[in-house]
Amino acid sequence: MSYSPLPLEPRNQIDAPSSPVARFGPDAPLVMDAGIALAPWQIAYQTYGTLNADKSNAVLVCHALTGDQHVANVSPVTGKPGWWSTMVGPGRPVDTDRFFVICSNVIGGCSGSTGPASLDPATGRPHNLNFPVLTIRDMVRAQAALIDRLGIASLFCVLGGSMGGMQVLQWAATYPERVFSALPIATAARHSAQNIAFHEVGRQAIMADPDWRGGRYLDEGTRPSKGLGVARMGAHITYLSELALHRKFGRNYQDRSAPTFSFDADFQIESYLRYQGLSFVERFDANSYLYVTRAMDYFDLAADHGDHLARAFKGSPTRFCVISFTSDWLFPTSDSRAIVHALNAAAASVGFVEVESDKGHDAFLLEEPEMFAAARGFIDAAARARGLT
Amino acid sequence: MTEMHAVDTATARLDFLLLADMVAPGSKVLDIGCGDGTLLSLLRDRKGVDGRGIEISREGVNACLAKGLPVIQGDADTDLADYPDDAFDYVILSQTIQATRQPKIVLEHLLRIGRRAIVSFPNFGHWRVRLDLLVNGRMPVTDNMPYSWHDTPNIHFCTIRDFLTLCTEVGAQMERAAALDAGGKPVRMMLPWWAWNMLGEQAVFLLKRR
Repeated sequence: MSYSPLPLEPRNQIDAPSSPVARFGPDAPLVMDAGIALAPWQIAYQTYGTLNADKSNAVLVCHALTGDQHVANVSPVTGKPGWWSTMVGPGRPVDTDRFFVICSNVIGGCSGSTGPASLDPATGRPHNLNFPVLTIRDMVRAQAALIDRLGIASLFCVLGGSMGGMQVLQWAATYPERVFSALPIATAARHSAQNIAFHEVGRQAIMADPDWRGGRYLDEGTRPSKGLGVARMGAHITYLSELALHRKFGRNYQDRSAPTFSFDADFQIESYLRYQGLSFVERFDANSYLYVTRAMDYFDLAADHGDHLARAFKGSPTRFCVISFTSDWLFPTSDSRAIVHALNAAAASVGFVEVESDKGHDAFLLEEPEMFAAARGFIDAAARARGLT
Repeated sequence: MTEMHAVDTATARLDFLLLADMVAPGSKVLDIGCGDGTLLSLLRDRKGVDGRGIEISREGVNACLAKGLPVIQGDADTDLADYPDDAFDYVILSQTIQATRQPKIVLEHLLRIGRRAIVSFPNFGHWRVRLDLLVNGRMPVTDNMPYSWHDTPNIHFCTIRDFLTLCTEVGAQMERAAALDAGGKPVRMMLPWWAWNMLGEQAVFLLKRR
């Protein structure tokens, strides 16, 4: 049997990651929205800092679509710094000298938590498309099981951007008493039609790749790199802004001074996107991409509460701070305002700031001093309110 | 709550102290145009108020978040419609009504969202403003109104008398009123309206739906 789904290192990370793993057996199945009790299952995570004596300083960071648990350490796969090491670390807004920070890989992911590429012990084969379609709430249930396992009753703060922000909102709605403060960034309480549309294009690209093999590429020793690469290229455009693309690339040619009258990557932007696609397929599993995008599509917090988003937060004791970016057209400010509006209607404590940036949706992952200032101010004030030093 | 922010009485703005005096302890307050959150902090720390704020500037919102105040970035002219009726005990509009595009609609929202509204504004009827116009024939620029006519955010100045007329139009009942001099000290109470309108550099009104 030949496996060539991914290069060796990311493939190793799927079942035996270089992170602590919480394993749950048949006695503790993950009960999923699809009506399936998944067992056994596991969740991989990283921690930073020290849990204090009364376990009141724990922070949960939720990652976005293609993120992982390596929020503030060098990635074992890419060798690059943690994906949010500007936000999380010693002296950062999420200060690991003060807080005990947890970040776990989402269920359905491919960095050590159970997902479609994980081996199903019942068959000895990867789950592939037999893996249940999952939801944001399933991801949050899995995280809650991990937090229980770590003996933490209530989290000081739950934060994240994009899909991470969806998890933050789900946490606050599902476990209000366990979330002291919540910081959802560049996110929405429901995935828009336009966003579902982009995801569908990405999924169709993957499934149109003959090497996808009906989802059984791991068994058949192939790899839908072309499809996954195209999916990533399309998605990557939605993370930027027209202005940022123009500023960075304009109509500049790539290593040439004139068009070649071919379909080669004449333009820098083409070359850049191809590179983004190529590097992505080296670290991410195609079926995971299908499952995790689907979970985002299904996210509609209001629908779970009689179409009234405010009801999701009724009586919430959580302090919220919502952040959006002016040039984010994937999760525009109007999405954040809908959250703020609902929190206001629910009489919850909420702050909101729209950060001026031309970097599009990706701004939340980048050097944005205004975002850091707002996050730091909110977190520090919440820490004082919680009696943390 | 273990949050404490000492407020120095000596440096607290006199008009804020006067506003705070109109607010019942432990009540729920929305401060529209809350700036850096000075008044909200004062209300929280002195009166145990559950305070919320709306502020248009990013710097102001960030300053408020750093004080632990739940403040959202927004615009009085567009965002008040989203708030339900009677959501707050008091809605405060401090030195902001003159900067709104539609003061009447804003005032109506105040009276709808809050059981009471507190409005303070610079009085364009003050004798120095009148004198400036009369003598110099120019739009006045004072400590209280520091902008030139062409770059001012204050697009709807009014006098105390004008504001009283607006209150009648929107069906607001005045429960308390105070005129302040340049230093923020209340003008002596036993004066007729025309005298207040001459001597008050600022005015503060506590209003209720009729």
